[in-house]
Amino acid sequence: MPRPLAAFAVLAVLAASVAWAAGASRVAKPVVAVERPGSCVEATDVMRRDHMRFLTHQRDRTVHEGIRTKRHSLAGCVECHAAAKTGSVLGPEGFCQSCHAYAGVRLDCFECHAARPGGASAGSAR
Amino acid sequence: MSDPGRRAFLGTAAAALAGAAIAPGIRLVELAAARSPEEAASAKVRWGLLVDANRCASGCTACVTACRTENGLADTGRPRTDAQWIRIVDLRDPRTGREARAPVMCQHCAHPPCVDVCPTGASFKRADGIVLVDRHTCIGCRYCMMACPYKARSFVHENLADQKPDVPRGKGCVESCTLCVHRVDRGGTPACVEACAAAGHGAMLFGDLNDPESAIAKRLRELPARALRADLALDPGVRYAGV
Ligand code: SF4
Ligand code: SF4
Repeated sequence: MPRPLAAFAVLAVLAASVAWAAGASRVAKPVVAVERPGSCVEATDVMRRDHMRFLTHQRDRTVHEGIRTKRHSLAGCVECHAAAKTGSVLGPEGFCQSCHAYAGVRLDCFECHAARPGGASAGSAR
Repeated sequence: MSDPGRRAFLGTAAAALAGAAIAPGIRLVELAAARSPEEAASAKVRWGLLVDANRCASGCTACVTACRTENGLADTGRPRTDAQWIRIVDLRDPRTGREARAPVMCQHCAHPPCVDVCPTGASFKRADGIVLVDRHTCIGCRYCMMACPYKARSFVHENLADQKPDVPRGKGCVESCTLCVHRVDRGGTPACVEACAAAGHGAMLFGDLNDPESAIAKRLRELPARALRADLALDPGVRYAGV
């Protein structure tokens, strides 16, 4: 990068961060409240990047093979991350929805899956 | 028996004895049939149902109600489009006038036409014989509904809310009886079977058709039972007596 251009880039970044600091962002920051703190199933940075990969992998194993381990199950996410107030991961302050709104990624898991925790139905032993 | 420690102990003891004959004709294998969560469904097992129409009590709809409750199939007041995973079918022989009734659900065919026609692979048969729709891949074309000779499948026409955590389902996909796969995977029995027993009729029996010692296999040896539309040779996992 030629010098003047590099200087310009630095300036642009500076300007952007000033705008950020002034709260000029048009998009509401996500609400990442973890009400049941503890250790997540993976490190936070890994989850941020790869939660969708874990979920897709788990979903195929569960639906097709009947493997129902809890570690990467969507129900497990909901179990820990549903907000105490609403009981859900959805809503403007919901753990899943607020971040997806911020990132501009459509969240369609919960058109079919329950967004609130619920006990497993018992089913007596055979 | 509510003491969890004692139950856990009995579970372990039963698991240790799994497959061992403790006396001729008596085995504890049924007690230990539950797989661990990390274990995949196995082709050694073939889940099936035996419906005895002679015990199906007139006027009773316990199985249908239990299915709806278990799977969260709400009544929208529009019965023409509401999902039906199980229904009571009334039969009448026009020649003799003999009447019978029995619940009909997905027959969990060994050679399922719904799987043959599915263009996406969404309709599939699990290793243990349970036929399911993977809603993640279903495009809602409804070919499978046309192909199923038992009219076992339903299309979800409307947005849904408050689904059961164990039974995800939604608009635009086809669905049918899952044999309560979420209960079966935990070592349970389907909700309809349990409700029928609780209502005192015991017209439905669930179990492993491949295990000659299972209650269902034994009963099938004693009772003349058949497949519905046996002429189609789909080898369904659901068998009927008295129809
Ligand atoms: S009964 Fe119908 S839906 Fe069920 S496996 Fe057979 S063809 Fe498929
Ligand atoms: S409706 Fe879904 S499951 Fe049925 S044939 Fe089409 S894609 Fe397959």
